[in-house]
Amino acid sequence: MALASTETTVMNNVEAVRTTLYEALKADERTLIMGEDVGARGNVFLITKGFIEEFGPERIIDTPLAEASIVGIAVGMAMEGLRPIAEIQFADFIYPAFNQIVGEAAKTRYRSNGDYTCPLVIRTPYGGGVRGALSHSVSIEALFYHVPGLKIVAPSYPADMKGLLNAAIDDPDPVLFLEHKKTYRLVKGEVPNGHYTIPIGKADIKHAGDKLTVVSYGLYVHQAVEAAKRLASEGTSVEVIDLRSIRPMDRTTILASVRKTRRLLIIHEDNKFGGIGAEISAMVVEEAFFDLDAPIRRLCGPDVPAMGYAAPLEEEFMISTDRMADAMRDLAAF
Amino acid sequence: MATTITMPQLGETVTEGTVAQWLKKPGDSIEKYESFVEVSTDKVNAEVPSPVSGILREIICKEGETVATGAPIAIIDEVGAATPPPEPVAPSSYGAPGTSVAHAEPARRNGSAASPVPNGKSLNSSETLRRVSPAVRRLAREHDIDISAVDGTGQNGRVTANDVLAAVSAGSSAATAATIVHGPVTTTSVTTTPATAGTAGTAAKPAAAGAISADAPRSTYAAPLPGTLVPLSPARKIIAQRMVESLATAPHAWTMVEVDVTNLWAWRAKAKDRFAQDKGYALTLLPFFIHAVVAALKKQPLLNSRYTPEGIFVEKNYNIGIAIGMESNLVVPVIRDADSLSISGIAVAAGKLIEKARTGKLGADDLGGGTFTVNNTGANGSVLSKPIINGGQAAIVTMEAVVKRAVVLNDAIAIRSMMNVCLSLDHRVIDGTASNAFLGDLKKRLEAMGPSGEL
Repeated sequence: MALASTETTVMNNVEAVRTTLYEALKADERTLIMGEDVGARGNVFLITKGFIEEFGPERIIDTPLAEASIVGIAVGMAMEGLRPIAEIQFADFIYPAFNQIVGEAAKTRYRSNGDYTCPLVIRTPYGGGVRGALSHSVSIEALFYHVPGLKIVAPSYPADMKGLLNAAIDDPDPVLFLEHKKTYRLVKGEVPNGHYTIPIGKADIKHAGDKLTVVSYGLYVHQAVEAAKRLASEGTSVEVIDLRSIRPMDRTTILASVRKTRRLLIIHEDNKFGGIGAEISAMVVEEAFFDLDAPIRRLCGPDVPAMGYAAPLEEEFMISTDRMADAMRDLAAF
Repeated sequence: MATTITMPQLGETVTEGTVAQWLKKPGDSIEKYESFVEVSTDKVNAEVPSPVSGILREIICKEGETVATGAPIAIIDEVGAATPPPEPVAPSSYGAPGTSVAHAEPARRNGSAASPVPNGKSLNSSETLRRVSPAVRRLAREHDIDISAVDGTGQNGRVTANDVLAAVSAGSSAATAATIVHGPVTTTSVTTTPATAGTAGTAAKPAAAGAISADAPRSTYAAPLPGTLVPLSPARKIIAQRMVESLATAPHAWTMVEVDVTNLWAWRAKAKDRFAQDKGYALTLLPFFIHAVVAALKKQPLLNSRYTPEGIFVEKNYNIGIAIGMESNLVVPVIRDADSLSISGIAVAAGKLIEKARTGKLGADDLGGGTFTVNNTGANGSVLSKPIINGGQAAIVTMEAVVKRAVVLNDAIAIRSMMNVCLSLDHRVIDGTASNAFLGDLKKRLEAMGPSGEL
């Protein structure tokens, strides 16, 4: 982490994203923000409130409800030297932009043999647990992590949020920046002042331990750390790794931890089948088979088409801290 | 099929429950999902639905009794006993709390005194031993630990990696008498210094603690020697597998004859230029040899057969495989129905196959269905070889290099062009009589070939 300042400010994730975007707009005239309701409304979570007044409608662009155009135009801007930060209002709405992200942005460098790059950031709030039901709860990372040429980050601590968003803005290639909306105001933490970056592709150990490795990201990292603290009080030492970056994935940190603990639990909100956990599991079995002392377990969202609105349905979908603690106990006892 | 009903966990922090009231008595029939017992905890009172349909056979836990969650409280005989036993309940750790079900053999549930398999050590030990994790297997091998002698602390008494390391520390292994010191472990965990012999993982100092004598003499050459690992190509893997299979299943016997090919050699020398001009393929010794082999096989059909558990299958066709070695590969394309071909026909067929092999154009049709194999080992100068039978055949014959040697001919020493012919045979199929008859016949035919013959 390249720190510009040792002074910090306590802020939540909304403030962390807002501060980072503001500083980026201030620092580089090529930077601009475009998306639905990012201007006059100041973003539905008020992340860009006041930006249009300060930076003007040429740099804070309110777009129509047309995600393919938002990303498509941003791809062109990025290829021609601007630094667009496109926003998809909710990750649930990203599907029309799939072709622009996967077919265009991710392939620009390869297709042009390096003549063009696509320094584009696509920010989008994702995840459930906020009574958002079908259109405001989805996790999309597994749909995109199959795609070479695309970086995906999903930080959930304010300091990580700022460092990785700065890294994403600085990155010469497209980055899908996922913000778990439930953590927006739920999570607070100290954030270093000034510009700094956290390398994309580097995981972070949020709770150290040696009996069991838990890999997670997003909202669930916070719950997993909470569960790990409970287990610590019971005498079971759990290591919680916050992936932070989904692709590229920090294999080194995961493998070092699994080789130490010999047990791996992967927790994510996205559904299990073909999810991020499947890739981690396959990678660990390929690389560390003879270090495993227990089957790799995955605690994930159910294979249902969407998160229900009804409280019991949402609660069943979202994994409680109790369930995480139970799964940790169970695997530790194996 | 008896289903043991256990005390459900009525809440995520609840560890025990009290049977408040039985809603059914032994002998009553119960529908699936029908409430049959009322359970109370310090948090809730709840009626518990039955997970199965059946007859309540036995009440294990009486009203007012408090037992731990997971302890058996009743046995229900499932209806339709003729139906196959249900699938074992998947050990999902993630399900919502609810009624837990454990299936067990009726015999083990005799009376309320019978307790279920506790979390303890009573799982069938052979089962436990078979279910050894990769880490345990590796650690046990590295530390020379007899896993069956280790106390397991995992689920159902499973031996965990830490149990093995504990055994190493305690020096309690039953199999350490030999004090075998292994070389440095190259797969050692990244958290360990890979220098200590026999240690691995994160255990603090297992080697010093006794199971393996730390001061036992060690070879100066214990360190891995430098070298290059050539990855196995798919072809190499298949070759390796087939060679091992053949040698492991067919008892190989070996025999050899010397053949005087002076006249044959002269014939070939005389005909080869013309042949190459006419047909476009080189005339080597191979087609002459194959032609003679096929004729000899017809006299000894057992050589053209294969062993099956039902009997020796004598082939009707004479499909002769020719082993062609390439830089890192070996292929055996087949000349089909070689008995229908003249020497010249065989030469052309072989020439085509060799060309295809060299250009990597052999198809499945070129490679399958061989009944006997000829290996031209002499092409590379070998004078003696012991070939491995091509799997699914009874024998393989080689033609070694033709060398001029001083031999006794009509009680005089003469310089003759000599060739050794070696035969490996599946001794399950063929004995010395047949193989010697075959080789003798082949020798006679080759020696009879000369410049007056017809291609």
